[in-house]
Amino acid sequence: MKTPEEIFEILKNKFGDAVVEIDTETPVDKIITVDAKKVHEIGKFLRDDPEMKFDALMSLSGVDDANGEKVTNEEDGTFEYKGGTLSVYYHLHSIKLKHKVTLKVSVPREEPEVESVESVWKTANWHEREAYDMFGIKFLHHPNLERILMPYDWPGGYPLRKDYKNPEYYHGMKIHF
Amino acid sequence: MAVKTETMILNMGPQHPSTHGVLRLEVQLEGELITDVKPHIGYLHRCFEKHAEAATYPQVVPYTDRMDYLASMYNNFGYVVAVERLMGIEVPERVEYIRVIMGELQRIASHLVALGTYGVDIGAFTPFLYCFRDREHILDLFEMTCGARLLYNYMWVGGLSHDIPPDFVRKTKEFITYFRPKIKELNDLLSFNKIFIDRTANIGILPLETAINYGVTGPMLRASGLPFDIRKEDPYSIYDRFDFDIPYGQGLMGTVGDSWDRYWVRVQEMEQSLRIIEQAIDQIPDGDVKAAIPRRVKPPKGTVYSRVENPKGELGYFIISDGSVNPFRIKVRGPSFVNLQVLPELCKGYLVADIIAILGSTDIVLGEVDR
Repeated sequence: MKTPEEIFEILKNKFGDAVVEIDTETPVDKIITVDAKKVHEIGKFLRDDPEMKFDALMSLSGVDDANGEKVTNEEDGTFEYKGGTLSVYYHLHSIKLKHKVTLKVSVPREEPEVESVESVWKTANWHEREAYDMFGIKFLHHPNLERILMPYDWPGGYPLRKDYKNPEYYHGMKIHF
Repeated sequence: MAVKTETMILNMGPQHPSTHGVLRLEVQLEGELITDVKPHIGYLHRCFEKHAEAATYPQVVPYTDRMDYLASMYNNFGYVVAVERLMGIEVPERVEYIRVIMGELQRIASHLVALGTYGVDIGAFTPFLYCFRDREHILDLFEMTCGARLLYNYMWVGGLSHDIPPDFVRKTKEFITYFRPKIKELNDLLSFNKIFIDRTANIGILPLETAINYGVTGPMLRASGLPFDIRKEDPYSIYDRFDFDIPYGQGLMGTVGDSWDRYWVRVQEMEQSLRIIEQAIDQIPDGDVKAAIPRRVKPPKGTVYSRVENPKGELGYFIISDGSVNPFRIKVRGPSFVNLQVLPELCKGYLVADIIAILGSTDIVLGEVDR
């Protein structure tokens, strides 16, 4: 059983710059930030290393950090964010060693590309599809990256982004809300 | 060796009685053999997570009711535990005891629906009626406590919406005495019924390695032979005070991790829930159930991932707070969503009629899959 700080040290020694920082200021969970292109490798190490054995991915969540520049449209009062980041949080748990850790990757809003961890934990398959569906985060090397909760051909963008605007029509039908 | 036939695509759902909701399965068949299953979900998508961002923390509780509508109490439970952890609230003992009792009653109610409808799927109608008759007693207990029978909004951040009425304790004890023999009745009727066993044993085997890699939790994981229960592994509330066993699959009628094992784990869990209620019901201390409810729920900046053992598996809430009264982001890790994902693995190589037996044994609620 290891604390997040110990895990961070081990990862830092193994992966160097790909492991960015550990955030210990949040009240409950300590979060390790890693590089979006290396998250697959790090995940594989965390799953297979005998001291880590993170065999279960509890949850994978996309988040819109909404930390870019807010541009308001004067005419209709809508707004959108320029720049800033989207993030993905991975909550890992080891059934055998009973420890937990949270990983986080942040990617630029305009080009959100994260390496898929589907081949490490199958749980990630639908979770990554959901994050793609809701936030437009592209998971590289995902076997079947398509929308999952919204209609497959939804035209209106990504609903859980903070600057989402509902489209007016879907297949010629008016959307009333 | 069978002659290779042309592949046939069969659509099951969205309106199909045995899909337990609006789920569409695109089934690929070679003759009667299943070669692939592709679940299409999202028909009940309401974007709960978007609504939650516009609501205050207490206002989110009714939304959680509507995810897994067969286990609303437990969805409330998971959510309030997460927010309390984020805010560092200590809730009174009385509240903890009542929450555990309600949660376990809800577990029995949810399992009764799962078991009863599973019988219907296989073709046994009577056990379904018996299960719903017994579930009615639990719903009556909920109704006398908070007025609602399905969607309770009962557990609030820091407390409860209502205290238990005076004769709740007596009636719950009556229920325990009433219900124990009914489990045996269910076993005689369905669990050890020859036809039922033939339809479910050795069908839809889920190996443990696959289950863990797919993140499967709850009765499905335990049926694959691993006694893993968050109530014991990662205790929340006051579950560490009670004495109960974790039933797990042993392959009594066939192979470990088959559909019958999943069914049987649920039957045994009802017995364990009764044990927990029995221990808790006599110890409820006095107190005010609303004493610790904060006037203004405004958690500090930060994140929390908190999980509880829902009747169907691990229910996790990931909450990001930006320090305001509205949650910045709530992500729900629903057990049904994750458990459904493993369905194609379970079905491959079985006959088309087995899909129903396999799907029923996974016990999903589409309200939570789609959220």
